[in-house]
Amino acid sequence: MNRHVNFLVRMSILLLCGLAILTSPAWAVLGDSAASVLNDQARMKGTLRSVDMKAYVMHEITVPSGSVVREYVSPAGAVFGVAWEGQFPPDLRQLLGPYYEQARQAEQQQERHGRAPISIETPGLVVQQTGHARSFHGQAYVPQLIPQGVKSSDIR
Amino acid sequence: MCRFKLLLVVGSVLWLAACGSSNNGSTVTAVIATCFPSPIQSSQLITCTATVTGTGVFMSTVNWTTTAGSINASGVFTAPVVTEPLSVTITATSTQNTAVTGTATIIINPVNSQPLTVDAGPQPQTFTAVNEAFTSVTVCVPNSSTCQTVDHVLVDTGSSGLRLLSSVLTIPLPQENDASGNPLDECHIFLDGYAWGPVSLADISVAGEIAASAAVQVMIPDSVSPAVPTTCSSQSIGPNQGNSVTALRANGVIGLGFFQHDCGVTCTTANGSILPVYFDCSTSPCSPTYVTLAQQVPNPVTMFSLDNNGVLMFLPSVPSGGVSTLSGTLIFGIGTQTNNALQSATVYTVPDTGANMGDITTKFNGVSYPSSFIDSGSSGIFFLDNATTGIPTCTVQNSLWYCPIPSTGNLSATNQGTNGNQGVVNFSINNANTLFNTGYSAFSTLGAPLVSAPPPGSFDWGLAFFFGRDVFTAIENMPTPGGPGPYVAY
Repeated sequence: MNRHVNFLVRMSILLLCGLAILTSPAWAVLGDSAASVLNDQARMKGTLRSVDMKAYVMHEITVPSGSVVREYVSPAGAVFGVAWEGQFPPDLRQLLGPYYEQARQAEQQQERHGRAPISIETPGLVVQQTGHARSFHGQAYVPQLIPQGVKSSDIR
Repeated sequence: MCRFKLLLVVGSVLWLAACGSSNNGSTVTAVIATCFPSPIQSSQLITCTATVTGTGVFMSTVNWTTTAGSINASGVFTAPVVTEPLSVTITATSTQNTAVTGTATIIINPVNSQPLTVDAGPQPQTFTAVNEAFTSVTVCVPNSSTCQTVDHVLVDTGSSGLRLLSSVLTIPLPQENDASGNPLDECHIFLDGYAWGPVSLADISVAGEIAASAAVQVMIPDSVSPAVPTTCSSQSIGPNQGNSVTALRANGVIGLGFFQHDCGVTCTTANGSILPVYFDCSTSPCSPTYVTLAQQVPNPVTMFSLDNNGVLMFLPSVPSGGVSTLSGTLIFGIGTQTNNALQSATVYTVPDTGANMGDITTKFNGVSYPSSFIDSGSSGIFFLDNATTGIPTCTVQNSLWYCPIPSTGNLSATNQGTNGNQGVVNFSINNANTLFNTGYSAFSTLGAPLVSAPPPGSFDWGLAFFFGRDVFTAIENMPTPGGPGPYVAY
């Protein structure tokens, strides 16, 4: 029964995504609704591939530079994590939404000892980016939004 | 490290026995001039010798002349200063019979090495640099003698191109124009921040090498126009590193990495979509624009005449407790001169396409991490996390570091290139807090976790990895004795 409900929820999300492409919903991002995925796709001028992983849906957007953004949507319809890799980082301000400023502020509070990857771990937000010119790898997630049974390491 | 391949250059011999003049019945029949080794470098001194043969009691003395540089009466030759290979002919002329001469040819190569320093950095009173390899770079207004030498420029094998802070530049470098004649600006994303500012032109001199009229990014602070486009700053969580020497932690960055240009074909019309990398600022706000490869900021090494296929960084080993400062050598070219032979170094080729461009695979505890990389522009060894490694962490001024007590002892990882070559890396990690408290600037045992690493996880082998190793970085599509780049070898 519960499984059936989850299926309906997932279908609703996918349907919502389908509707979103026809309307022009507001820009939305990490922590926001599944509809935001379509906005991201449009803003990034990318191609979208969605994979239903049962416990969540992973939407993968490939942008013209070859970079890939993956957005993870919970059965409740929230984007609980994002990951990216490629020659350039994506527009993180758009992708992280309100969490972008939070991440920036956390980064500014870190005393730098030499040059290092970005690594932010606060109770409400985890952001990391490593790499070098032409190869960036990063991820961000909101621990509280991760669905039960899903590991943070699934956001990749 | 240096293997000197002595090349004997024996000059041509002019046989003039038939018409040799005689002196009290003696005759000089031949002069053979010999100078070695060859090639040599600018300003190098070598001694040439002349073997005179003849009949009777002849004079064995010669007069020396050269087509470039200088040579004294004893045959000591001083090479001229060159920025590209030059062939010099040295002539020994019999003093008894000036019609009898011998010649030798010497190739003069540019000086391809200069000091590397790991020290407290450009503003030790403000901050102590940690694991940053610095060198000096001279820039000139193209085709002029208006030049400036900038010290404490970070040597970064993780990027390509020279970038200098506008706040340290004292000479007016002209800005480069795009195809429409509008001035070009650029957004460059570093690992932990971004740089924004005009693309300018400069003659770049490092060691004895010259990259003439090369594009260079001048990094400007937020307070200087044109304003940073939002699409630039939004690509990073980190700050505008052009804001100050403190923000950059250097006066500039010289990117000597795998790629010939900082962006490549992705920023040309071939991509079909304009990326927020190069900008046309003729109107406000600046708008992204396509550029050709030739307009992009190049890896300056590719513009050198001879030593243009890569670099070798040599830094001595560092004890586990660190040292305050360290001196090493930056050498241009791979297998181009006697001081940069690959010798026994293992070549690890890296991809030049896809999501792992420039990366190697590091295996640790049986797991492969294919997004790993070797980067002189990162300070420590950044790898995995506490859950995977079991190494205790601590927070130092809001940043997470590995802080074992007292040390991890020996750790072992295996690096692998796309060519299948593998090699074991033995390393250890010390307590970062203890290391920082020394006030030193060079640490071989500095390490930090990347949060939530497994998987994905990776190793960023920063400058700590370079200590005690000769690390070669070969540039894409450039031939070397180890095959074409891109690859890293050590």
